[in-house]
Amino acid sequence: MDNSIKKYLENLAKSNAKGISVALPEKNIDSKKTTVFIGAGTCGLGAGAAKTKAAVEEYFKTNKIDGEIIEVGCIGFCAVEPIMDVKLPGMNRVSFSKVTADKVSTILDNAFAGKIDKDSSLGQFKTEGLKSWDSVKEINEHPFFVKQKRLVLKNCGIINPTSMEEYIQNGGYAGFIKALTSMSGEEVIDTIEKSGLRGRGGGGFPTGTKWRLAFKTPSDQKYMICNADEGDPGAFMDRAVIEGDPHRLLEGMAIGSYAIGATVAYIYIRAEYPLAIERLKTAIKQAEEYGLLGKNIMGSGFDLQIKIKMGAGAFVCGEETALMHSIEGYRGMPSPRPPFPAEKGLFGKPSCINNVETFSNVSEIILKGADWFSSTGTEKSKGTKVFALSGNVKNTGLVEIPMGTTIREIIFDIAGGIAFDKKFKAVQIGGPSGGCITEENLDIQIDYQNLIAAGAMMGSGGLVVMDEDTCMVDIAKFFMDFIQRESCGKCIPCREGTKRMLEILQSITSNPKPGDNNQALERFQGVLQLEKLAKVIKDTSLCGLGQTAPNPVLSTLRYFRNEYEAHIFERVCPAGICKDLRKFRIIVDKCTGCTACTKKCPTDAIIGTKKNPHFIQEDKCIGCGACYETCKFEAIEMY
Amino acid sequence: METKIDKILERYDNSGRDYLIPLLQEIQDKEGYLSEEAIVKTGKKLKIPTSKIYGVATFYNQFRFEPVGKYHIMVCRGTACHVLGSATVLQELESTLKIKAGQTTRDGLFSIEVVACIGACGLAPVLNINGEFHAKVTTEKIKEIIENYRAKEQ
Repeated sequence: MDNSIKKYLENLAKSNAKGISVALPEKNIDSKKTTVFIGAGTCGLGAGAAKTKAAVEEYFKTNKIDGEIIEVGCIGFCAVEPIMDVKLPGMNRVSFSKVTADKVSTILDNAFAGKIDKDSSLGQFKTEGLKSWDSVKEINEHPFFVKQKRLVLKNCGIINPTSMEEYIQNGGYAGFIKALTSMSGEEVIDTIEKSGLRGRGGGGFPTGTKWRLAFKTPSDQKYMICNADEGDPGAFMDRAVIEGDPHRLLEGMAIGSYAIGATVAYIYIRAEYPLAIERLKTAIKQAEEYGLLGKNIMGSGFDLQIKIKMGAGAFVCGEETALMHSIEGYRGMPSPRPPFPAEKGLFGKPSCINNVETFSNVSEIILKGADWFSSTGTEKSKGTKVFALSGNVKNTGLVEIPMGTTIREIIFDIAGGIAFDKKFKAVQIGGPSGGCITEENLDIQIDYQNLIAAGAMMGSGGLVVMDEDTCMVDIAKFFMDFIQRESCGKCIPCREGTKRMLEILQSITSNPKPGDNNQALERFQGVLQLEKLAKVIKDTSLCGLGQTAPNPVLSTLRYFRNEYEAHIFERVCPAGICKDLRKFRIIVDKCTGCTACTKKCPTDAIIGTKKNPHFIQEDKCIGCGACYETCKFEAIEMY
Repeated sequence: METKIDKILERYDNSGRDYLIPLLQEIQDKEGYLSEEAIVKTGKKLKIPTSKIYGVATFYNQFRFEPVGKYHIMVCRGTACHVLGSATVLQELESTLKIKAGQTTRDGLFSIEVVACIGACGLAPVLNINGEFHAKVTTEKIKEIIENYRAKEQ
């Protein structure tokens, strides 16, 4: 614990009550040691950050440099991980991309010699009082960052997530202390309501209104819950925020708990995120040491305990009533509302559930005011939104954009367009509950209403970009398979209906079994029944999972009906993805008879003798494509 | 005789129902899976019928009732991984190890589990083997990865 920081916090608490402003504790912007920062979030580690770190240690040792290595969270630019930043004494910090272990020594050698390799540098962080590197661009000018507005991700990848002091030096916990010492719970709620902050977890319910409901219900015990059960396949922003800046979440939760009068708060987090859980545990311990959590916080008489609960892998637990049952130790099944959690929630007490990103917005709203926040965004959706960009784009990663940015800007400016310069087909937004956006809707401005009008939804913010080689029926089948497995089984329309929808999609994309005469008929009825089933499931399911379950099918049907028809009537998959519908043949002129394909074929469908053209027996071929991938002479074609 | 499970249970004296899932998670973490013994003993400790515990444990994807291999391979089947070909990766893995997802090889070395999303979508398709990530996996890479682990054993 740092005593000067502790003093600053105490001073801040006293001065706030009197309305005097206090300067932030001094930051040590220029260490006398050479400092190397390594992006060690889950994706950084996956790309080899641990090896990079070992290489830097080795470099320091052999060159006898008294340097420091700091592991930071993820800056969000996953495509160029591992990312390494170098800060020499007196100079600006410079960021490098794709620093695998073998590149470490060259980069450091050059830096010490005063040279920065332009190809591998992302840019420098401009810091007042430090010297800039010549001819190195600022990191904010990099195309990936220039259109972003980073409020929630401000500290991610920059500060040391295991250092509470660094968070405080950057203005952290000032919002919480302000709320605690100079505002009443109701004033906090007023501010949040006025700011227009809406839930970032998917539903988009106004946060202030939610808090007010819980605030107004009298009870001896209330609970604040953070939903960090990021179950949407294709979304990872909560993980990155917690790994990179855990104190921001804790501060937001503390403010929320104070506002509604909760003394116990839970973070329900996926067990699949071990690093994030570790970071949270450290952060909670630190906050307790500084007296920002625990009994009688900063002498205000307010008590707060934050507990971590690990989820056990159930998508439906993203639904608030299901999540609460899971914390209580039951199966995570939703229950009907009313009573709403704000009246009767966890353990029968008033409770409030918010998403990680929602909480992460709170502290700065309290500190800088509602008007500051609402100056960003569109008329009805304020602030920023973090999206997890993945799929067939050049720059995958996390981006935070102001509401009102168009999807085209995200995909083509920030993400750099489609990988391998293929053609854009669609973007799937909002995970299994969302839908697809096609070329024609790329220019809509992102906010809650516009996305719903286009047949998608904000969801938690996964953006999976798909190129021309993606089969939309296959994507719909993928989501249906996921939803069908994750349906908790409480409501029959969801449990049985999603299974039937999956079966229809399977029959559309597969070959009929020999002797099955009904299958062709079922296939023709398929599309009609899909729409009928979808309506029933939507109308009659209890929770959000069921009500949105048919969305991926409905939205692909809306925009890509021709692809469904090609599967059903012509029995071809235009993108060549659905294996059963693929057919291969050997181009006689090109085949050299090398027999490579015969060895690979799992069903022995390829016949022929050595050095003579081969032949594929159609009735034996299962369309796996093993031969297609193996052939070095491009002698096999798909038709 | 006092087993490992008894040791874990000792720390949960006077715990309520809300400790059921954390307790099961801890047992699985130490033992690798939930044995019948573990479930029966947990029931006695928390005073919950065994059937109810099975009810909870089978509901969540995380819990396993069979021991896993020495190298537990988690195949991510999230959207981003799917778009970039994780289905083929899984198929290749299954044919290389000659087991299906959810099974363990006869020598007890490898087991495959399919998970919804690991959250490393920027590196898709992803495999996680005993906590170690393998990014941008292709069918060619699978053989290499498996061979490397096999070589460690010899």
